[in-house]
Amino acid sequence: MSVAKPLPHDAARLHVTGAARYVDDIPAPANTLHLAFGLSQIAAGRITAIDLDPVRKAPGVLRVWEASDLPSDCDCSPSAHDEPMLAGHTIRYLGQPIFLVAATSHLAARKAASLAKIDYQSRDAILTVDEAMDADSRFGEPRIWQKGDAGEAIDTAPHVLEGEITMGGQEHFYLEGQAAMALPQEDGDMLVHSSTQHPTEIQHKVAHALHLPMHAVRVETRRMGGGFGGKESQGNALAIACAVVASATGRPAKMRYDRDDDFMITGKRHDFRIEYRVGHDDDGKLHGVEFLQLARCGWAQDLSHPVADRAMLHSDNAYALDHVRIESHRLKTNTQSATAYRGFGGPQGMLGIERVMDHVAHALGKDPLDVRRANYYGDFAEDKAQSTPYGQPVTDFVLNDLTETLKARSDYTERREAIADWNAQNPVLKRGIALTPVKFGISFTLTHLNQAGALVHVYQDGSIAMNHGGTEMGQGLFQKVAQVAASEFGVDMDVVKITATDTAKVPNTSATAASSGSDLNGMAVKAACEAIRDRMAEHLARIHQDEPADVVFRDGEVHVGGNRLPFAEAAKACYEGRVSLSATGFYKTPKLSWDMIKGQGRPFFYFAYGASCSEVVIDTLTGEYRILRADILHDCGASLNPALDKGQIEGGYVQGAGWLTTEELVWDDHGRLRTHAPSTYKIPACSDRPEVFNVSLWDGRNREETIYRSKAVGEPPFMHGISVLMALSDAVSACGEAYPALDAPATPEAVLKAVRRVRGVL
Amino acid sequence: MSKKMHIQMTVNGEEQEFLAEPRELLIHTLRERLNITGPHIGCETSHCGACTVTINGKSVKSCTMFVAQANGAEVTTIEGLGNPDSLHVLQEAFKEHHGLQCGFCTPGMITRASKLLEENPTPSEEEVRFGMAGNICRCTGYQNIVKSILAAAEELNSAKEAAQ
Repeated sequence: MSVAKPLPHDAARLHVTGAARYVDDIPAPANTLHLAFGLSQIAAGRITAIDLDPVRKAPGVLRVWEASDLPSDCDCSPSAHDEPMLAGHTIRYLGQPIFLVAATSHLAARKAASLAKIDYQSRDAILTVDEAMDADSRFGEPRIWQKGDAGEAIDTAPHVLEGEITMGGQEHFYLEGQAAMALPQEDGDMLVHSSTQHPTEIQHKVAHALHLPMHAVRVETRRMGGGFGGKESQGNALAIACAVVASATGRPAKMRYDRDDDFMITGKRHDFRIEYRVGHDDDGKLHGVEFLQLARCGWAQDLSHPVADRAMLHSDNAYALDHVRIESHRLKTNTQSATAYRGFGGPQGMLGIERVMDHVAHALGKDPLDVRRANYYGDFAEDKAQSTPYGQPVTDFVLNDLTETLKARSDYTERREAIADWNAQNPVLKRGIALTPVKFGISFTLTHLNQAGALVHVYQDGSIAMNHGGTEMGQGLFQKVAQVAASEFGVDMDVVKITATDTAKVPNTSATAASSGSDLNGMAVKAACEAIRDRMAEHLARIHQDEPADVVFRDGEVHVGGNRLPFAEAAKACYEGRVSLSATGFYKTPKLSWDMIKGQGRPFFYFAYGASCSEVVIDTLTGEYRILRADILHDCGASLNPALDKGQIEGGYVQGAGWLTTEELVWDDHGRLRTHAPSTYKIPACSDRPEVFNVSLWDGRNREETIYRSKAVGEPPFMHGISVLMALSDAVSACGEAYPALDAPATPEAVLKAVRRVRGVL
Repeated sequence: MSKKMHIQMTVNGEEQEFLAEPRELLIHTLRERLNITGPHIGCETSHCGACTVTINGKSVKSCTMFVAQANGAEVTTIEGLGNPDSLHVLQEAFKEHHGLQCGFCTPGMITRASKLLEENPTPSEEEVRFGMAGNICRCTGYQNIVKSILAAAEELNSAKEAAQ
């Protein structure tokens, strides 16, 4: 069996030699045109005059398109048809593409794009949550979900607390920026190479832009240099631009965003402000809680509704809440359109309740872990039903045992005591520790997206080619799914070839998102393999006088009628016996039913769990800090590949910690993003990682029938980063009596401010 | 348009001669002129390290170096370290110890690591972490990158001892 083995990434040999091709590495034909957008320099208003002659006359420029020159509105939206590729006269954010330049080189196009002379009439931009609330600038009505009577429960509780936390957005900073290339084909068809998590959507949007049926557009994605949600919808503009130019000129067209342009144009994680009111008892057990979630969505709708829904869906995290009310506002602002980012709103919702736990513990002078444990869901028991605020039964809760195990392994209790002693003796440096849980719902909340297709071929020489709708962005999906295929046929991994995602091979795919890649595509590939294997078994049983059910595929051989045929020989025999050796596979996630307006039902097939313990030290004179140690225990069910899964956990934790600590997006009063390059936007470096970093997998199988009983792992570990923020809060609280109320990102400046506030200096 | 300049350089052991604008960036020379696409364009401001190459024995971010500055130089890219059929010890270590996910930072990361191990053949974990701090990875959390480099150092050192 290939599954469960810690095999390296399928393309590791190519990656380490620089031979793995990304879109920008694909050899482009000599006459390829290179594209760049000209960007708006104001956040809101109108264009009163535009002179693009200097752009047209610049060296190397072939042609320039304004909105009115396009073959259609070239809508780029994945949801609401509200994102024209080029602004007309109305400007909605600073960085919005206004015109498109095609030139003979990338540099020529970018240089030319900077030469436009544009006059604007600005109006007051709506930039902040408060400005949007005051102006009633929003997408849709506020959504309200409730369970029990939160108001009554809070008012009658022994203690009541109120507070709020703001949490910043996050730039994806996929190392490979957005990129696409379109190659015109005969009869008006278009081939597009795109760095996208969603080839079908690229196909759909390109077809729409050019008035073509989807069958005339083929999209291929071999790999991305990182995605993290940032390539779920944000690649649409580049692919459409390339296709429009290729269609108009008959020449190949290629576009990649310069890093600064990528920051200025594309959406990021939604920043949130969450206000809370909570009633609790002396043990910290919550009687009732109310959340007001304010999400800044930017200028277009994009995926903001499902993101904000998922924030609401994770307001309980690991805690059984009998009385809860969640009110969610999706605010429209003159900024980049916030989009999918690993966790998809889940981290924001979860941070809301984790802040509540921290705040309640501080008010009671208790260990925050005790308050958390007092509120955990119970273990599953037939006679003791428990459900989430949205009515989904929680039947697979493993966090009671998992937390105790991690608590023991990380010496939490001893270290907490040692830290208290240490802090008492050290006036300048203060340490802090926190252990926080994660319960993350797995499935797309838009139920119809929970489907996948696959295409598997067995060739007459016994080699196998495998294709599915999922995309590879580094997470190791291709390898995991190939391990499934190799296991189904009982062959070595080198027999299986993984081919690029291609809309001509598997149609109507969902984005590789919501951590669903292996769950969905693994099952679809398994179904295709089973179909071929059954046909082979039936034929081989017939010629070897055996029962099909008794034919065994194992160790590169087929055991039938007392014979052992090498797999290649079996394939040849089946080919010569005129057996179809190609099959499609299809899978749809069972048991889902969800009413997103009422907030009731079962949006998730199952939950993934984990917990992390972080220890930090802060310098109270400068606000600087280090993560000293991290211990993580995470539930991947029966892991398909423990090495790849651990990689997701380690990377997720560091990225989550980055979100809550150093990664700060700053817009100035004019709506200009001031942190638009790695010089000003700080993502974690090698020297920032914890000095001690212990990651283990929880030993368990998924209760639900997923692929080999594994669990999704892409997003859930991201939220282990929350323990870093809570550890910082713990360290700051060692400086005085007041609650630190640390907002995110807790940059050194923010930590220093919190220290001064707690000390009563501010 | 500035006057073109005669450039001569050795790239991965091969002599290269061509005319180029002096301010052409070395990363563009490598990727577009010489079709050496292992070094990647990540940030274009020398912060991320995806474009790291070795020039005359020093780690350099090729996205902010003019080709004129590399005139006469000896340049080594990831392609000069090994190839898919014959991996360098570091390449093998990154593969076996899962020192990569999306792979985009990997060529620059390994090229930098190869210099680091020349500068300091027996680095501590701490020295690896600070020696690699100029190369950003968004996927792995660095744990396996550090592990890969330490494993390669050990491998190289035991090979050296065996040779003595």
